[in-house]
Amino acid sequence: MIDWNWIPANADRLGPAIVQHLVLALVPVLIGLVVAVPVGWMANRYRAARAVLVPAAGLLYTIPSLVLFIVLPGVLGTQILDPLNVVVALSVYTVALLVRSVADALAAVPGMVVAAATAMGYKPARRFAQVELPLSLPVLISGLRVATVTNISLVAVGALIGIGGLGYFLTDGFLRNSQTSIIVGTLLIFVIALVFDSLLVLIGKLATPWVGAGGSR
Amino acid sequence: MGRRRGVALMGALIADVIAWFGDPSNLTGSTGVPTRIVEHIRYSGVALIIAALIAVPIGALVGHTGRGGFAVVGVANGLRSLPEIGVVLLLVTFVGGVSLTPVTIALVVLAIPPLLGGTYAGVRNVDRATVDAARGMGMTEREILTKVELPNALPLIIGGLRTATLQVIATAAVAALVGVGGLGRYLIDGLGVRDYTQMAAGALLIAALALLAEAVLAGVQRLVVSPGLRTTASTGRRAAAPPSEPVEEPQTRSTPVPEPARS
Repeated sequence: MIDWNWIPANADRLGPAIVQHLVLALVPVLIGLVVAVPVGWMANRYRAARAVLVPAAGLLYTIPSLVLFIVLPGVLGTQILDPLNVVVALSVYTVALLVRSVADALAAVPGMVVAAATAMGYKPARRFAQVELPLSLPVLISGLRVATVTNISLVAVGALIGIGGLGYFLTDGFLRNSQTSIIVGTLLIFVIALVFDSLLVLIGKLATPWVGAGGSR
Repeated sequence: MGRRRGVALMGALIADVIAWFGDPSNLTGSTGVPTRIVEHIRYSGVALIIAALIAVPIGALVGHTGRGGFAVVGVANGLRSLPEIGVVLLLVTFVGGVSLTPVTIALVVLAIPPLLGGTYAGVRNVDRATVDAARGMGMTEREILTKVELPNALPLIIGGLRTATLQVIATAAVAALVGVGGLGRYLIDGLGVRDYTQMAAGALLIAALALLAEAVLAGVQRLVVSPGLRTTASTGRRAAAPPSEPVEEPQTRSTPVPEPARS
């Protein structure tokens, strides 16, 4: 089942694949975050925007990843083997997921707190940055966790169209009938996903020291 | 310049796809669109039913007793980090040949986390006062679970089912890689011969099937969820759940409970 010679023989190929995998998975998370915060804010602020944005995000999220990888070159005018397709596709998913997270998180900020900040003379922009956004971090982080883990897993699907970081070891292993290649690739992806998930939990804990400290929230 | 070429390409592609759907040879026989749609629905349906039979009882029991919740959440979150395509390919190499069994197993593994997580969270989040009241009225534990907790948990259970359905439909397409049928054939076969039109047509069909499934389940949700639960679409409560209990993780690929118009 596991051919132990495979690992040293292919070790030099694993490093670059891991790096490519991480770039393909994490760049979209950052892009998604930067786009989703203002869009989520709009969705929370204006009811009409919410009525359009949240269902639209849901619809985007129903499109299977392989479909998006294949259709995007037609839309963007890129080559099918362009990594940009994977990055754009995963960014779309991340935005779709986080818009809802951000909107829900902002909606859950107690009105009293917002009112108090306003009364203390916080202008809307500063109030958003220093009061509402920090208070919505816990929900935002759990959305980010899901987006990150999903992206790390979905990059592997990109291997079907020829760009997939560690996913290459899955499709290649399948073609060569090498179970070792598939197992190593799958486990590495799994471990990387868990590592980044734990990392985000830690960041969340550090960024929101008030959570769980006394009182109810 | 590249942009304009992109637009022109897009126009040509749309015309090609329309022509593809207009070609009778693509619409009949064992490789025709209707056959492929039925296959795809069959693979997905079987896997979802098996997954539900496993995940819903476990999630309900654990949610009801509160014992082992940590393990359930851990398993649900852990399985979510597994790249499903790796699971499919690995199982196929073990079973060998072209067979549905490994594909079905992989799809079941994929569908369990959202169903398990949704059921557990749904049952766990039923208002304690409601459960206490049911106990006070003399209901047995079984009655409490079936008559109080599960009906109240339905929005989250169906939310989990919707997530699972979307993931399974998407992954059943990937499964074409190992030689089974379904709509994924158009993607994989098209990729093999660089027939972009066929790939685009397949992509369109899969996306349409996913959207259709989503619409049907949203309809089911409206029908079976008690009207009393609608006014408390749990966004507020959900958002307020302390992150220390990752029970309420938003599901991967989820389109959560549709919300009523906020008045």
